[in-house]
Amino acid sequence: MASSSKLNAKIPEGILENKWTKYRSTVHLVNPANKRSLEIIVVGSGLAGSSAAASLAEMGYKVKVFCFQDSPRRAHSIAAQGGVNAAKNYQNDGDSVYRLFYDTIKGGDYRAREANVHRLAEVSGNIIDQCVAQGVPFAREYGGTLSNRSFGGTQVQRTFYAAGQTGQQLLLGAYSALQRQVGMGAVTLMARHEMMDVVTIDGKARGIIARDLVTGKLQRHFGHAVLLCTGGYGNVFYLSTNAMGCNVTAAWKAHKKGAFFGNPCYTQIHPTCIPVSGDHQSKLTLMSESLRNDGRIWVPKQKDDKRKAKDIPEEERDYYLERRYPAFGNLVPRDVASRAAKERCDAGYGVGASKMAVYLDFEANMMRYGQIEANKKNLHNPTKETIRALGKDVVKEKYGNLFDMYKQITDEDPYEMPMRIYPAVHYTMGGLWVDYNLMTTVPGLYALGEANFSDHGANRLGASALMQGLADGYFVIPYTIGEYLSEEIRTKAIPTDNEAFVKAEAEVQERINKLFSIKGTKSVDYFHKALGRIMWEKCGMARNAKGLTEAITEIQQLKKDFWSNVRVPGEQHEFNTELEKAHRVADFIELGELMCKDALNRNESCGGHFREEYQTAEGEALRDDDNFAYVAAWEYKGESNFELHKEELKFENIKLAQRNYA
Amino acid sequence: MSHGNMNLTLKVWKQKNKDTKGRFETYDAKGISPDMSFLEMFDVVNEQLISSGKEPIAFDHDCREGICGMCSMYINGRPHGPKDGITTCQLHMRSFKNGDTIVVEPWRSAAFPVIKDLAVDRSSFDRIMSAGGFVSVNTGNAKDANNILIPKDDADTAFDAAACIGCGACVAACKNSSAMLFVSAKVSQLSLLPQGKIEKQDRVLNMVKQMDEEGFGNCTNTGACEAECPKSISLENIARMNREYLGASFTQNKA
Repeated sequence: MASSSKLNAKIPEGILENKWTKYRSTVHLVNPANKRSLEIIVVGSGLAGSSAAASLAEMGYKVKVFCFQDSPRRAHSIAAQGGVNAAKNYQNDGDSVYRLFYDTIKGGDYRAREANVHRLAEVSGNIIDQCVAQGVPFAREYGGTLSNRSFGGTQVQRTFYAAGQTGQQLLLGAYSALQRQVGMGAVTLMARHEMMDVVTIDGKARGIIARDLVTGKLQRHFGHAVLLCTGGYGNVFYLSTNAMGCNVTAAWKAHKKGAFFGNPCYTQIHPTCIPVSGDHQSKLTLMSESLRNDGRIWVPKQKDDKRKAKDIPEEERDYYLERRYPAFGNLVPRDVASRAAKERCDAGYGVGASKMAVYLDFEANMMRYGQIEANKKNLHNPTKETIRALGKDVVKEKYGNLFDMYKQITDEDPYEMPMRIYPAVHYTMGGLWVDYNLMTTVPGLYALGEANFSDHGANRLGASALMQGLADGYFVIPYTIGEYLSEEIRTKAIPTDNEAFVKAEAEVQERINKLFSIKGTKSVDYFHKALGRIMWEKCGMARNAKGLTEAITEIQQLKKDFWSNVRVPGEQHEFNTELEKAHRVADFIELGELMCKDALNRNESCGGHFREEYQTAEGEALRDDDNFAYVAAWEYKGESNFELHKEELKFENIKLAQRNYA
Repeated sequence: MSHGNMNLTLKVWKQKNKDTKGRFETYDAKGISPDMSFLEMFDVVNEQLISSGKEPIAFDHDCREGICGMCSMYINGRPHGPKDGITTCQLHMRSFKNGDTIVVEPWRSAAFPVIKDLAVDRSSFDRIMSAGGFVSVNTGNAKDANNILIPKDDADTAFDAAACIGCGACVAACKNSSAMLFVSAKVSQLSLLPQGKIEKQDRVLNMVKQMDEEGFGNCTNTGACEAECPKSISLENIARMNREYLGASFTQNKA
């Protein structure tokens, strides 16, 4: 297989371990005087966007940051719970850059680029250093050193954390750095603004059209480069762990302007979420993967067991992850754990009223911790109750906020009975195709963090999203953007009365007019929910050719229905959240079609993409490396028309193998 | 579409924008399930309004899991409603009874102008952060993270302060519209850690100056902020900030 001539990943020559060091030292630079006249637009203010904007402004570039929330601090990175990986080997347990690289490639089911992933592992340690320097209050040991815990898909402890609020603390660190630059005048902050389109001139990205969400006015903004740090598209399923506002609009507009979309079908279904409680549900809440450190997952051995969890004796419980995967047990990667939960529930062993849940049980570890505490306190022959109370305190310190969240939502006390959990859409590995510089197929247009496709292959390991977002923003783009901008130092700022800006704004205006003119009978949410149902049933945890083919037709019909019957109340020139949603859902519908087409094209199972036709006798994902060891990069060719380009994935350092966690 | 069997009356603040006068409007919330969150109840009401050709109620929300700080409703006279230690999005309808009347207002403060209905402008918080809520360390300057050891208790106390979600409930709860709890949480977090100590005097002076310029009121130690804070940020942070401010004023002569 040869890569498409339209895709040049620009991976540096040389041996893997030296690629980034050598590249970083030889990449073109922009001198400080020139940086001051180069303008960079950053869309999105999560970990990738805030870290990139702050770092680029520190270097001297003129930066504008856009976010749809009322403050950059509210981007959805804030909700990441469990932690951030880094190959520090502080635990002396055999970790190394190579091992993090290897775990990530294997965890991604051999569908990621070696060079990118190795670079990610190389800079991982710098991220922790940088965050600590900013005053991020990571968890510490009594000796004052940083604390670590385990996450899925690894056998070392390399995850740094701040209780169950690691994303919050990392984002607030990056936000602090960003606000410092705003205060110094190096960054112009445009909160409550949404990007509506990319403006291209002579094939290069030269700015964006934005809508001021308070006044409703459309605006034109010039930039020598545009960075999309706009997160993932999990909300295409309507129900996901994403925030309500998370959307694909920026990435989708870029796609329609020439940026290829990479591996859109790779979505991550997280195994431990609070189950759906009814049709009013607007979002799903994650229970951090870190809970799998101390929680044991089980279902009753007997079908349709009506007893309470507590009343089911040990020998009548099926700890199915420990049974199927003894080497990794409850810490198998997310895709494996999710499918195993689905398998048990589909087979009739599920628990709770809906029978679509499994238990996550902390009892055994509460007792274990309690015993350790009792020993520490020199308590002889403590009662069972004393041990349990001591253990409960330990669990509370580690996961208190998660247990509280669970109780608020379910009205059940997880200290007294096991949590009920079920998989839910959480993250999208797919995204805009980017080269080694993080540039899309549109020159000057970049994608960072979850918005790009690059580092996680077909399945992301826990605590690696925070690592990638910050790696891209703090330590990759500040170098790689020089390769492009060093050629742009003679480009003067283009006035926004240029016809490309005028035309792009007119197109956005036309779409707004059209949305208001339909005056239909169905709300935007109606269409979003309908799309979500199609996607979850036919392009969710398990997919097959028949379902995907049906889904494509259904989505095309839904699109027609949307553009004939949607109702957008209110006016353009005001704060109008229904209009915001209408734009986003219209783009999700188009993306949904492409996701199904990509899933249908990939006649293999890998990571989060599980095609029922392709599985081993044990029900594991069955890859087809001869035919599918490639990145599927889709080019937009007009309505419902996408052309596939392949980037061959070359594994020169890691031997392709069937993933084995048993 | 019916979801449950609770029927409620809502009295909701409606205001077109910051330049027009607002008023309360009454809405029926029918078929509400006790398992819904408060915002999901609003979704149901808005869905009914849209389908009957009326304009929905505007409100801010995003993560719906109590961490982004975007939701901001003043419910029956309390920011984030009747339960302690949670945000509006974490409030569930099982906290109310069938037949209840619920009054919902936006945050009320001169420093938080109303944008529309229940959505307010909290950009003053961002400006306070820009005045000093950071450690001045550029990317790339950091040394190995374990080079400076930090006592666990200090790290834990700093984390407790850093848990602030910047929602503004403290301001809304305060009879003086003071932002002291918000500002002191950031001042405390950074001054408790060795990395933040270097700039601690400038930080506290600059952040307090900006806070005053934004039009927030003074602190009179009532403690409503701590009581209403969804993250239970402690009043001790305000005491710590006052000490630091006083110390900085004497030694720097800038105040």
